[in-house]
This record gives sequence, structure tokens and C-alpha cells, in this order.
Amino acid sequence: MRKFIAGLILSLAATLPATAKDQVTTFTLDNGMDVVVIEDHRAPVVVHMVWYRAGAADEPPGASGVAHYLEHLLFKGTETMAPGEFSAVVARNGGSDNAFTSYDYTAYFQRIAADRLDLMMKMESDRMVNLRLTEQDIAAERDVILEERNQRVENNPGSLLREQKNAAQYLNHPYGTPIIGWRHEMRMLDMEKALDFYKTFYAPNNAILIVAGDVMPDDVRALAEEHYGKLPANPDLPERTRPQEPRQMAERRIVLEDARVSQPYVTRSYLAPERDSGAQEEAAALNLLAEILGGGTTSLLAEKLQFETQRAVSTSAFYRGTSLDDTTFGLAVVPAPGITLQQAEDAMDEVIASFLEKGVDSEQLARIKIQVRASEIYARDDVGRLANHYGRALTQGLTVEDVQAWPEILDAVTEEDIMAAATELFERNNSVTAWLTAPEATQ
Amino acid sequence: MIRYVLAFVACITALPALAEVDIEEITTPGGINAWLVEDHTNPFVALELRFRGGASLDPEGQRGVTNLMVGLLEEGAGDMDSRAFARATEELAASFRYDLSDDTVSVSARFLTENRDAAVALLRASLIDPAFDQPSIDRVREQVNSVIRSNQTDPRRIAGRNLDELVYGNHPYGSSLNGTLETVADLTRDDIVAAHKAALARDRLYVSAVGDITADELTALLDDLLLELPAEGTPLSGTADVNLPGGVRVVEFDTPQSVASFAQPGIKRDDPDFFAAYVLNHILGGGSFESRLMQEVREKRGLTYGVYSYLADRDAAEIWMGSVASSNERVGEAIEVIRAEWARMREDGVTPEELADAKTYLTGAYPLRFDGNAPIANIAVNMQMEDLPTDYISNRNDMVNAVTLEDVNRVARELLSPDKLTFVVVGKPEGVISTIN
Repeated sequence: MRKFIAGLILSLAATLPATAKDQVTTFTLDNGMDVVVIEDHRAPVVVHMVWYRAGAADEPPGASGVAHYLEHLLFKGTETMAPGEFSAVVARNGGSDNAFTSYDYTAYFQRIAADRLDLMMKMESDRMVNLRLTEQDIAAERDVILEERNQRVENNPGSLLREQKNAAQYLNHPYGTPIIGWRHEMRMLDMEKALDFYKTFYAPNNAILIVAGDVMPDDVRALAEEHYGKLPANPDLPERTRPQEPRQMAERRIVLEDARVSQPYVTRSYLAPERDSGAQEEAAALNLLAEILGGGTTSLLAEKLQFETQRAVSTSAFYRGTSLDDTTFGLAVVPAPGITLQQAEDAMDEVIASFLEKGVDSEQLARIKIQVRASEIYARDDVGRLANHYGRALTQGLTVEDVQAWPEILDAVTEEDIMAAATELFERNNSVTAWLTAPEATQ
Repeated sequence: MIRYVLAFVACITALPALAEVDIEEITTPGGINAWLVEDHTNPFVALELRFRGGASLDPEGQRGVTNLMVGLLEEGAGDMDSRAFARATEELAASFRYDLSDDTVSVSARFLTENRDAAVALLRASLIDPAFDQPSIDRVREQVNSVIRSNQTDPRRIAGRNLDELVYGNHPYGSSLNGTLETVADLTRDDIVAAHKAALARDRLYVSAVGDITADELTALLDDLLLELPAEGTPLSGTADVNLPGGVRVVEFDTPQSVASFAQPGIKRDDPDFFAAYVLNHILGGGSFESRLMQEVREKRGLTYGVYSYLADRDAAEIWMGSVASSNERVGEAIEVIRAEWARMREDGVTPEELADAKTYLTGAYPLRFDGNAPIANIAVNMQMEDLPTDYISNRNDMVNAVTLEDVNRVARELLSPDKLTFVVVGKPEGVISTIN
């Protein structure tokens, strides 16, 4: 049984990525908009996505949540479309649409019959520059995002812990601020803040178009030039530099007590390097390290804490390698009944120490690499996932070449690479340890 | 995300339709029926198995036993313990998932052409000869207990469980398929072995395969994989009585946002009016932005991030369900608006424009579901469970288009019953009074 913990800790072990080079064509429009076309002609369907190199970590101080708020507001009107009309037109054409915001990107997409691509590009390019908002839109949608925060965060102690842990991990970098925003700042979001963010970042030279499905690259190019190519680049696009972390001098610890916690756990994250363009080797090693330590039943944490001893109900390790700036590597242990959080944390440290001493099990590494290779075959069946992979990479400092080199880089990682990355990583002074627990019952 | 992605739509049955999907029906020499979609584009196969019955087969006093059994299928088989089984699976880059719902045990497998025989041998061992060794039983039991404990303080789970309890009472649908800490503690290895025999039997089996495999290869594979399962399992449980008194039950829980689940009587999948009801639900609360509930509760008033309704057709009962979450101060208003929309829909019906828009959406969205080996395999096996013919895929959109305005509005009058609309609200909802004890 492996999937049961989903409700407790969202990030499980790093999923192994994949690419399929021969399905992919890329080019750039004259105004600087990058285009990726992923072909799959098995069904007459297309996924049309526009990714902006702008996310929560690009927000001005004091306006946390505005990137996500703007994402919602893009479903309101433009000069030629009424509020809500965008989604209504997509639906009337048998398609579905949605959008999502992260630290480094905001993305909009539609899934629809391939012959409707022209219409999707017409509407998506329109809202890139022609958004028109009313005070009524602003007020009602602010209530909606506050309810979204209630649903995702305030009603869920695990989410509250994650928010506090990130804030403790990043003293200076905006990754310490939640994507959805701090509640007190969300309440103050307004028309001006939303439009400032829009005018700064929504432009073709800050966007990536991804079209995946039953399309030919030349046709996509013609349509993209017609709809997106006519939009002017923003010459004042700011350089993407964020305040970076100072040297961390001491480990940080937090304990969140909440009466709604019925399954306590301990989790620790370490500041870690991310995938950098042309230099993804250390990230590749960390990706495999997460699999070795926490990738399911055969991982080291499971072996030591769930099989050889029964100190944990479940364990996991996670590494978010695709990131513009310094990322984190994390571990989590859900203790078995009768095991305290301190004992669980000690057990986790025991596993790390023993790994650093004994090194990589070559058979385990070989098995992980078999799966890396197979993931390239399975990936061809899911162009939506492939499209997401490119979108995340290209908005987070990587190139198409980096994405396509990634499986080979993973395959080339040696045991020594992994040990070197682990030794560098497991420095308690770069970590945050977080306990989630219920208050002790009073008699 | 502008919209929450629904996790529960899977139980709605109106299944997809694109003429290009070419289904071949197979009967093996051993008597296994299966649907195959051959597609040699990518060198792997998605295989879906379904066993009807699922958690509703739990014997009296053993609530949770089928769940524990299914959780153990991947924890060792034959002479392999849990980790040996996992290592063998990894070496083949195969993936096997074992899931449980109220009515079904699902097995979803994916394996490469290059090592198909070895992968099938492994899957076979997990189905025919699971180890159920005591250390694994104890370990997975603790995992289940952990889930049970977590659900006890999750407002969404509390709302769902309380509504189920109110609606279904003592029927298995009325309690969590995880069981309780007490029932799970008492389960023995013998109970688990019996649950395995009861649930994984050939008399309730449905099979589909999609991908890089021929009909002959699949025929041999299925007999090898499945013939040693018992021919017959435990008889399926009968229909459930549904109690929907109308009104509100408040379950006090200290959290800032109240979660409400609601229900009224539903409609059977094979009812002649099913498609009219399906279209009606889409317009009322079917998950799109354009639905009446989303427009009135979210877009106009900002009372929630998401409000939905859906037709839940289970094997033993059918109800019309929905959910909403709003802060404690505003959930009362959200409930009032939902009630008002329910009544307005019953009185006034839908407009011709709404009907036309719903039809273009539903018929256009249908072919989009067929986007990969696993999704197609999933659709094909669900169609068999619904007793639909293979040509349903090419006819389904015609059935949607055949629904008239008169049909939808008649069904709205006959089926929507604001009097029976029953809410369970979990939280500290201001000004909401319990009318059901």
C-alpha cells in the first residue's frame, strides 16, 4: 500500500521525468515569444497552453497572492469579451480550460478539438494585452480567493505547517511567501496591484506557447504568427532577479500545534541547488538521491523504519529540482503509534547517517535507472504531461536542450556523484525541521 | 488554479465517444471476456481489471477487511516478500495499482512489450497467490489506522461520512470502507484470505486492454493470468434503502471554513431519462464555470471557491449529490442560494440556449477523454460494467443530442425535490440550525 498518505504530505518522492525528442519542434517568434510543438496524432485533440515567466516569487513586497489573483481575473473580460465569456466559448466548443500559478510561472490552458486551435489562440492572445476589469469583478473574485485559501490552507493544519516551514526556510527569498498569499495581504489586493503585475509581466517576450496534440508544426507557426506575432514585445520587461538567501548560520525548528491534527508527523527540508541550464548534474544526483531515500517500498527510509523496525507508518523524500532559484530537498516520517516525534526524527537522522557511511546500493541504483529509461516510453503516451514538463522547465531557467539532455544526465549519474551531492546537502545548518502535532490533552 | 479539479467525477457514467476507437471483443478458451483496442504506436500495454462487489462485500462486523486485503495485494506474493515484489516490479519498469471503491476492486497494470511475460507473471502472483504474511498485515493495518485517524479531523471527510451515515444507515455505503480503529484491530489473516476469495472471482470480472498487443497474445495472456482465480465469489449485496428527509444536520467542528455535502434522490444509469438528467445536472452544477450554482454562488457572490453537483449511480443506490465550502459566516447564505437555485430549476427549467450550450460542451468534450492507453482502457472497462455495447462510443453523442427541452424540463419537475435536499454541514456555521437529529 503506497498511496495512502496523499492527504498528509503532498510531495512524495521525486517523480522521474522523461522527454521524447522526436515529437518536439521549437522556434521563436520575432517578438521573442518561444513556441514548443509536441506532436501526437492518435486523436484529433490539442492542448493549447501559454506560460508566463512570472509567478508568486515575482510579486512586489506587500502584494502577496497577486500573481494568483490575476490568474483568476484573466477569466473576466477584455475589450471584446464579456466577463466569463472566455470559458463559456471554450465550453461551447466542447473544450475545457483552467489555469495555475506557482512561484516561477503562471500558465493558462485549454483542451479542445484540434480544429479549434485558431479560436483558442485568438482569445488567449487577446487576454494577454486587452484585459478589462470592473470593481465588481475585483471585489467578488477577492472573496473567491479568500475562500480558496480557506479551503486549501486554513482548513488544513498540514498546509499551515508547510507554509510556516517555507517561511522559515527562506528568510530573504520570496519562496518563503505562500503562492496563494498571506491572508492579511490578500484582503488588500485591488485593481491597481493586479493591473501593475499584468502590465509588467504579460507580454509575448515573457511568454511560452506550448501546443501539444494532433497538429503540424508549420500550421502552428502560421497561426502563432497571426495571433501572437502581432503583439508588441514589452521593452521594459524587468530582469528576473530576486533577493537571494544569506548564508544560513543555524538550523531552524518549528512546532505547529493544532487540535485538528490526528496524525502527527515530522518533516525536514534542506536548502538545495536546483537544475541550472547547462549544469544539471548535481540536481540529477539529488533527484536519484530522493528516490534512493524515499521512493517507496524499496527505499532506505522504508527499509530501516518500516521493515527492519516498525517505527514509522510511512516515510518519504522529495526534491523539487525544477526551480528558478535555490530549492529544497525534503524528508518526512509519520511515526508508528507509541513513537514520539523526537524518536521519529532521531530515526530519520539515523538513516541519513548510515547512508552517508555505507553509500549507495548499486542494485537499487540500477533499478531506478531502468525506470528512468522506461519513463521515456510511457511519456510518449501522455503529451499533456510532456507539455507541462517543457512549460515548467522553460519558465524556470532551462532550455529545450536542457530538457532533452535530462534523461541522459540522469542515466550518467554515478554512485560517487550521489554521495558527493548528499554530503553537500545534509548540513543541519541549512535545514528546517517541522513537527505537526496536536496539543497535549489536558486531564 | 482557477477551478478545483474534481476528484469525484469518475463515478458519473456518461462515457466517452469518438468513432475512431476500434474495440474488439474477445472471449478466451477459458471463458474470459475482454475488450481490446490494439494500438502499436508505443511499446506498452495498459490492462484494466474490475471485480464488481468491492467494499460492499465486507462481512458483518468486519468492516474494512476488503480494503486491508486490497492494500496487501502489492505486499508480496509466492515466495517474494513485500520488498522482493517491489524490486521485481521496478526491474521490469512495470506498474501495478490496486484500488477499492464501494462497489469495485480495480487493478490497473502497465507493462512494456519487451518484458511482458515477466510482468504478467508478477501480476499473476499478486492476484492468485498473495502472501498476506503477518508482518505485512500488521504494517498495512497501521497505515490504514493512520488514514482513519487523519480522516477523523478532516472536515471534508467528516461531512462525507456523516452524509453517508444519514442516507444509508446500516448498509455498507453508510460507513467508511476503511472500517474503524475497532473493526480493523480485530481482522485476522483468515478474514483477509476469505475476503480475497470473496472479492477476486471470475463471475464478476471485467477486462480491457489497450496498446501494443494482438488479440491472440491477449487471449493467451488472460487465461494464464486469470483462470486460477475462483469461479465464483460472495453474492453481491442487494439494493440499499435511501433516507433523504430534507433539512440540515450540523456537525460541530472547530475550523474556519464550513464544508457542506448535500444530496437528494438520483436516477439509475439505465433509466430512459438518464441523459436528460445528466444534461440537467450539467446545467445546474456540473462543474463548469457556466453552471447555475457556480454563477450564483461563486461568480456573483464570491461565497465559495467551488460548488458542484453530480449524479452518483452506485450499484445498490442512486442519489444526486453536491458539495460547497464557505467560511463559517457565509455558509448559511451559500446554502440558501443553492436551495433557491434548486427550486428555481424545478419551477422554470432550463432555457433553450442553456440546453444548446450544454449539448455542444458534452458532445465536444467526449472525444477528448480518449487520450492515451490507460484512459481508453479505463473507459472500455467501465462501459462493460455499465452493460453498454461497444458501439456506444459512436452513438453516445447522438443520445445527448436527442435530449429535448421538454425532456429536461419534465425531468427537472419530476426529479428535483427541494423538500428532500439534505445538507450535512461541518464547521461552526453561523445562523445554520440543525433540523435533523
